[in-house]
Amino acid sequence: MTLATHYPILQVVIPLLAAPACVLLKNPRACWLLTMLVMLVSLGIAGQLVWQTSESGVISYAIGGWAAPWGIEYRVDALSSYVLLIITTIGALVLPFAARSVADEINIKMQYLFYAAFLLCYTGMLGITITGDAFNLFVFLEISSLSSYALVSLGKDRRALSAAFQYLIMGTLGATFYLIGIGLLYMMTGTLNMADLAERLPAVNESRTVLTALAFLTVGISLKLALFPLHSWLPNAYTYAPSAVSALLAGTATKVAAYVLLRVLFTIFGVDFVLGTMPVAEILIILGMAAILIGSMVAIFQENLKRLLAYSSIAQIGYIVVGISLGTVTGLTAGLVHLFNHAIIKSALFMAIGCIIYRLNSVLIGDIAGLGKRMPWTMAAFVAGGVSLIGVPLTAGFISKWYLVLAALDKGYWPIVVVVLAGSLMAVVYIWRIVETAYFKPYNGPASISEAPLTMLIPTWLLIMVNFYVGIDSSLTAGIASKAAAQLLGVSP
Amino acid sequence: MNDLLGLYSYWIVIVLMMAGFYVVISSSNLIKKIAGLNIFQTSVFILYISMGKVDGGTAPIVVEGSSNAIYSNPLPHVLILTAIVVGVATTALALALVVRIKEAYGTVDEEAISESDNEL
Repeated sequence: MTLATHYPILQVVIPLLAAPACVLLKNPRACWLLTMLVMLVSLGIAGQLVWQTSESGVISYAIGGWAAPWGIEYRVDALSSYVLLIITTIGALVLPFAARSVADEINIKMQYLFYAAFLLCYTGMLGITITGDAFNLFVFLEISSLSSYALVSLGKDRRALSAAFQYLIMGTLGATFYLIGIGLLYMMTGTLNMADLAERLPAVNESRTVLTALAFLTVGISLKLALFPLHSWLPNAYTYAPSAVSALLAGTATKVAAYVLLRVLFTIFGVDFVLGTMPVAEILIILGMAAILIGSMVAIFQENLKRLLAYSSIAQIGYIVVGISLGTVTGLTAGLVHLFNHAIIKSALFMAIGCIIYRLNSVLIGDIAGLGKRMPWTMAAFVAGGVSLIGVPLTAGFISKWYLVLAALDKGYWPIVVVVLAGSLMAVVYIWRIVETAYFKPYNGPASISEAPLTMLIPTWLLIMVNFYVGIDSSLTAGIASKAAAQLLGVSP
Repeated sequence: MNDLLGLYSYWIVIVLMMAGFYVVISSSNLIKKIAGLNIFQTSVFILYISMGKVDGGTAPIVVEGSSNAIYSNPLPHVLILTAIVVGVATTALALALVVRIKEAYGTVDEEAISESDNEL
């Protein structure tokens, strides 16, 4: 027994314990340092887990020594290690940015609570990703959700409060739907372990209880995922949350929900049942395409930059869902690659917006006129992220759209190709509006505005660099993603 | 007919679930929304507890000398204890948010809140 065998549990327990430690520390700087330390350790552990799963396959960790179907099992395979890597990367880069941003946006008396909630949210998401137990997943889902409601409500504007409340109502409905679904599955199979469920479900597949469970689970998770038309909580929550929270949630929360969808559809129910017997794929593809078109369309007309990005997120979730629902290895790879790419792109964009808020105290598109000269690095980061969102070659966004188009053509679903192209064109429109205002209009704001501090710029640019790196050499993301896709579909062991 | 009545606890679940869900969607008073959410969650608690019942089963306590007694399934009860705790936490957070909303807006009515936001 060495330390390395305990990585799965350490991944979750370290941030979990750090959260109450922050509450005890109370000093914002000390809290930040502790949180940063935890984020780096978590990133290290996630890296180790990726390496271990690629070397020796699936890692199964029995908590407290209780063997799998009875005890809670933590299970790390290619997919979960990949998502863990996404979450920890975003966490480790958002936090250095958060130090200045939080000091500016959140009351000093509340800052230690911010770090505690931030850690809890992070714990919850890591827990969701690592657990192999369907009920344990619900518990982690609620840990991350409850803390993210609190995080959203810390926003300066009073509308943050009503946004958080709306998010709470929708989120709780989603989680409760998930709970109902799991209950119905337990009723039919008598087990909560995902692998065990997958083994026992085929025998009772025909029963109406299982079909109802599938419906409840899909709707519940779609609520969490903000899949059109269940997205109404997302724009407000992202718009009014503090910048650091928007950057974290945009990069991770919906990605984790997409992971849960993958787990439920492919690991628990199995691809044959979900995509063959039931029309889940058709429904999800149509909703995903609607999300791409409507999300992008609404984004074009937004005056508030954060809200614009939020609607663009809804569209990007559409791409992910369409990829997932194609049900082929290429399709799933497209969805998974976009999971990573969208996480880094959107976090970087929200961090760039955070820099603008830090200096300008405004997020309205009219107020950033001429800002390209005043804050060249911030705006350049924004443009670089925007270009990637459109999907220009050599950026991360291009890779995921390329895979998605390939997967759609494989299946002969040409309408998807049309929708992807239309979505990209609309992205050009809403990104261009910002570029035009920032670079081609005269500056008329206060004279004191200068570039954002380095502690905020460096993390933003690091994410942008990652974005270009995976855009040029996609072997890391696409490699793990295609392996995870094959594992989910049961093509290779 | 017997089947329909025999499963009465599930009928209660469905009625409560729909009633709670309806209140969450239709009411514009935030406190009432929380109450509806609670009713909705409670219906799920009953769903879980009903499924743990085994015909003729007793409480799952092992007593010496009665090795072939039939026990009810205790696992759903344990699960739902966790879910109840989660529900309490959610309600507490929701109420705390309502207190802050009342301080900021002077009302707990959803329509009045969005009206006062639109005036800005």
